[in-house]
Amino acid sequence: MLELLTTRNNPMIDPSLHVWGWEIPVYLFLGGWVAGAMVLSGWLMHRDPGTERPSVTRLLPWVGLVLISLGMVALFLDLEHKLYVWRMYATFQPTSPMSWGGWILIGVYPVLLLAGIAGLPPALADAWAPLGTLARRLRQSDARRALVLANITFGVGLGIYTGILLSSLGARPLWASGVLGPLFLVSGLSTGAAFAHMIARDPDEQSALLRSDNLFLLTELALIALFLIGLATSGVAQAQAASLLLGGPYTAAFWVLVVGLGIVLPLAIQSLMATRRIGHTLVAPMLVMGGGLALRFVVVAAGQASFWP
Amino acid sequence: MNTISRRRFLKISGLGLGAASLAGLSPRRLGATAAASAGTVRAVPTYCDICFWKCNAIAHVRDGRLWKITGNPEDPLSRGRLCPRGTGGIGTVTDPDRLQSPLIRRKARGGEEWVEVTWDEAFDYIAGKLQKIKVEHGPEAVALFSHGIGGAFLKHTFKAYGTPNIAAPSFAQCRGPRDAGFLLTFGEDIGSPERTDIRNARCIVLIGSHLGENMHNTQVQEFAEALGKGATVIVADPRFSVAASKAKYYLPVKPGSDIALLLAWMNVIVTEELYDQAFVEQHGFGFENFKAEIVERTPEWAYLETGIPPEKIRESAREMARHRPATLVHPGRHATWYGDDTQRSRAIALLNALLGSWGRKGGFYYPSSMDVPGYPYQPYPKSGRGKVDNPGKKYPFAHETISTGIREATISGQPYPVKGWFVYATNLIHALPNEAETLKAIQALDLLVVVDVIPSEIAGWADVVLPEATYLERYDELNVEYFRDPFVALRQPVVEPPGDQKPNWWIARELAFKLGLGEYYPWQDIEEYLDYRLAGAGLSLGTLKEKGLVKGTPAPAFFDEGVEALWPTPSGKVEFYSLQLERAGFDPVPRHQRQKEGPPGSFRLLYGRAPVHSFSRTQTNPILRDAMPENDVWLNASVGARLGLRSGDYVRLRNQDDVLSSPIKVRVTEAIRPDCVYMVHGFGHTAKGLRSAFGVGASDAQLITRYETDPLMGGTGMNVNFVSIEREN
Amino acid sequence: MARFGMAIDTTKCVGCMDCIVACKTENDVPDGYCRDWIAKRVEGRMPDLRMTITSERCNHCDNPPCVTCCPTGASHVHVYGKIVLVDHGKCIGCKACVASCPYGARFMHPDGYADKCTFCIHRVDKGQLPACVEVCPTRCMTFGDLDDPQSEVSRLVAGRKHFVLKPDAGTGPRIFYLE
Repeated sequence: MLELLTTRNNPMIDPSLHVWGWEIPVYLFLGGWVAGAMVLSGWLMHRDPGTERPSVTRLLPWVGLVLISLGMVALFLDLEHKLYVWRMYATFQPTSPMSWGGWILIGVYPVLLLAGIAGLPPALADAWAPLGTLARRLRQSDARRALVLANITFGVGLGIYTGILLSSLGARPLWASGVLGPLFLVSGLSTGAAFAHMIARDPDEQSALLRSDNLFLLTELALIALFLIGLATSGVAQAQAASLLLGGPYTAAFWVLVVGLGIVLPLAIQSLMATRRIGHTLVAPMLVMGGGLALRFVVVAAGQASFWP
Repeated sequence: MNTISRRRFLKISGLGLGAASLAGLSPRRLGATAAASAGTVRAVPTYCDICFWKCNAIAHVRDGRLWKITGNPEDPLSRGRLCPRGTGGIGTVTDPDRLQSPLIRRKARGGEEWVEVTWDEAFDYIAGKLQKIKVEHGPEAVALFSHGIGGAFLKHTFKAYGTPNIAAPSFAQCRGPRDAGFLLTFGEDIGSPERTDIRNARCIVLIGSHLGENMHNTQVQEFAEALGKGATVIVADPRFSVAASKAKYYLPVKPGSDIALLLAWMNVIVTEELYDQAFVEQHGFGFENFKAEIVERTPEWAYLETGIPPEKIRESAREMARHRPATLVHPGRHATWYGDDTQRSRAIALLNALLGSWGRKGGFYYPSSMDVPGYPYQPYPKSGRGKVDNPGKKYPFAHETISTGIREATISGQPYPVKGWFVYATNLIHALPNEAETLKAIQALDLLVVVDVIPSEIAGWADVVLPEATYLERYDELNVEYFRDPFVALRQPVVEPPGDQKPNWWIARELAFKLGLGEYYPWQDIEEYLDYRLAGAGLSLGTLKEKGLVKGTPAPAFFDEGVEALWPTPSGKVEFYSLQLERAGFDPVPRHQRQKEGPPGSFRLLYGRAPVHSFSRTQTNPILRDAMPENDVWLNASVGARLGLRSGDYVRLRNQDDVLSSPIKVRVTEAIRPDCVYMVHGFGHTAKGLRSAFGVGASDAQLITRYETDPLMGGTGMNVNFVSIEREN
Repeated sequence: MARFGMAIDTTKCVGCMDCIVACKTENDVPDGYCRDWIAKRVEGRMPDLRMTITSERCNHCDNPPCVTCCPTGASHVHVYGKIVLVDHGKCIGCKACVASCPYGARFMHPDGYADKCTFCIHRVDKGQLPACVEVCPTRCMTFGDLDDPQSEVSRLVAGRKHFVLKPDAGTGPRIFYLE
């Protein structure tokens, strides 16, 4: 028998770490979503320049602004020293993904805003002359190319940062996986794609988004497999961490909410939609988005419960 | 000095520590990370009162508020390092549950409903009752229960009042049997602080004693020092204690079979002729008779009693012999286990005698004290009736007052009635076995007064509660320590009491005046008294206030330093065979008696100490409570599996008399035998005023409804209760 | 430059928690929190049991994940003795450092900043020992400069069998437990 006793009983640390509640998973989910939306916006703008059709690229930046702001609110709520938040911007810490993230967010806002303005219907933009001028300027091809590049750059940056934020915290074996970053990035892309094809009105665009979403979901499945295999075959600590998902307290939530309802089921439905055997339904993209949220919750919670022996 | 000197530290760190060299360590930055250094600090030397060890301490007051307490580097007891309880001592001052003002009972006894009164009203009430008792029943009808040095002035007042009945549970509920056993053998007792030379011991034998969990400071320090020097440790304990984890031989002895183990050890040492023959020949009395008995007690015989394999007994006995005379078989302290405790302590004394450790380095030293004359009071009135606790010398070897004897007399009215109890700093509900008997005695009283710092259980039953200032808020009697390095130490106030609490000397003096005994207090205030006494020793209060303690010259402590081997026993020798025991009808050589087993499915209830708590008085100390907020009950892993219990589950314990404990957390562990359970004493408070400790953990005292009285000295063996375990849902 | 560390002799430590209580008063650690703690590891079966008692705290790691993850630089390795510290005025309370510490050595102070053992830098700066080291009744703790091969702590680590906590976490802990 091995018995471990400790007199430590610090709040949020013992009996197991729980420094992060709902705020961080919600932020990571929204951040990933916005990252996905930005990458997809960039892709769509690049794919179909100068279109006059009702593209989702007109709406996505505005939605992104709202979502990232909600995410920032969640992040802010999590801070214990809120008045000191400006300290993030009094420095740059190159080893800290959080510091990178803080600065990336500074760039995300103007990019989203400019992309949104570029997509404003002329009637709306022209209501205020300078805005109309700016919108027209942004639609010119050089500015458009810059916007495509900025959307993809900051989208990928945001996606990677929210992905590696956890894996950079070496103390948690479950997070100490190189697959976690790509997994969160792809999950963000699939969430973004799901939302986009849910609101897309152009059939061609919707179809392209749907097919890309299916690809993201398949990739996500593969990454989850890699993630688990990698953990289970690494050290004792990682194997113990994997067992949290493979036969422990987080197993049901992970397999039912994340994998089953969040990936496999919507993938099946969307495959049928892609081959036009069924019509478009809101259920599948909603499931994908729910799955993305569940993934962040499960990984944040299970990661905190994992520890080095 | 234990503080690393600046120069030495510089060498260690290899870094200049002058301000100039602290590159990058701007004061602002250091201030932000190390707020503790801020403020102006005043250091006041005093001595500790969390336990009876009375270590010398320095209280640090920062910006007018108590900050921390550290050991006085000049102190031979603490050697500059307090134990965790002493270090957490400021919590006694900040304890939010402290008594604030004198209280008089409003409803039935034990109802804990009070009226706040002035000190004058309280004294009038008490004095009125005391005078009435004196007139109706004589002054002997009042008993004083007093624990610790703080009771010195109350003892003086009550001696002046005329009662000889002054007791503390520290005798019959604690160390009494140990001291009686050693007195019967060597003619001298062990004393407090124990006269054990642990630091020089090469082999330390602990029988149920859990050094490191009990934090008798000097002993633990010396234990660690001996470990560091490679001493062998042998531990016999049903529980794998901290000390056991340091042991070369851990012997999980069946509870209650310690005497069998001790006899078998002596058998090996005698039959293999490993004992100190010169010592035995020169100083021993009745060795041949002793030997004739001891040869019967083979390790094989003991195996059946103790469960310890004969080879382990032999090996550990030889280990002891190998290191003699620097082999210390520790006499323990809380020795009231099974009612045969004086004989067990005698067996320990005899084993030490065989090893020749008495008066030898690594064994037992001869303590000395400084000559600080007492205050010349007028003589106390003589009592014609004698003490009430031990009528007809029923317990012939009781050399102090038996607290439970006073309780018995209070209930029976024999040999004469006891009508008043005055209780100082001892929570009798947790200290005496069988709470029901204590409550019965209380119901027979005309007056129960309790002086305490916190609203303890016994205070809850009082007619009058008097709130005492803590040790950091008062002067006290001088501690003229009887120790290896003698010294005299002062307790002095560090801060003011926060409410209407008063120091015990003031309470005792005021009460004496109310009782018309003012002539017993010729001094006006405590400083005058202390200065007078100190002047008698060529010292002054000013010196003591500044230094805290003044050391005397150590006298020779061992035979080889010139101590003369004198044995104040009837034979004038070390009594291997005791004629006085034989004459009184007891075993002249200790014998093992099998202990009664409990009902099927029950476990023997054992209890002990935690390093961060003292008795039942520190559980509301915010700092110490933080360190250990509740106790748990240890349960062997196989038993836990059988009962479907896991560590962290809550259970209640039900004893053989159907008393049910409050809920207590289980620790399922390999570290205890399957036939017993263990918990730390002092938890499971039932006094409403102890808000932060009320109902937290369980009380062993509540479950100790039975006890075996030691026929030699009246001690109450308390490890004779059995509990079953009920899951708490 | 110095590199402070500790050697703690587990053969002497009795787990009495004096280190915890002393830290608490010295550093005004709030009720319900601790900067150091006692861990016990009990192995084996009755009567063949082993117990290892360790007094644990921030390891002031050579490779501190709590410092690399900090977005504001509040968590830093101080030039003085390479002690890992938190600048309260810079901490935003994001808790990344708390999550990053494999030892659970950090906690969120009720005032909103990450808090932990400072090796009592305010005392060490004055030539005193950390409060836990100075109070220990068993004298099982030795504090000093690991970069100075002549220091007592270096000699103990060099000369005695020892272990560190969670070596696989790769943090380079600077508290050495002597066996």
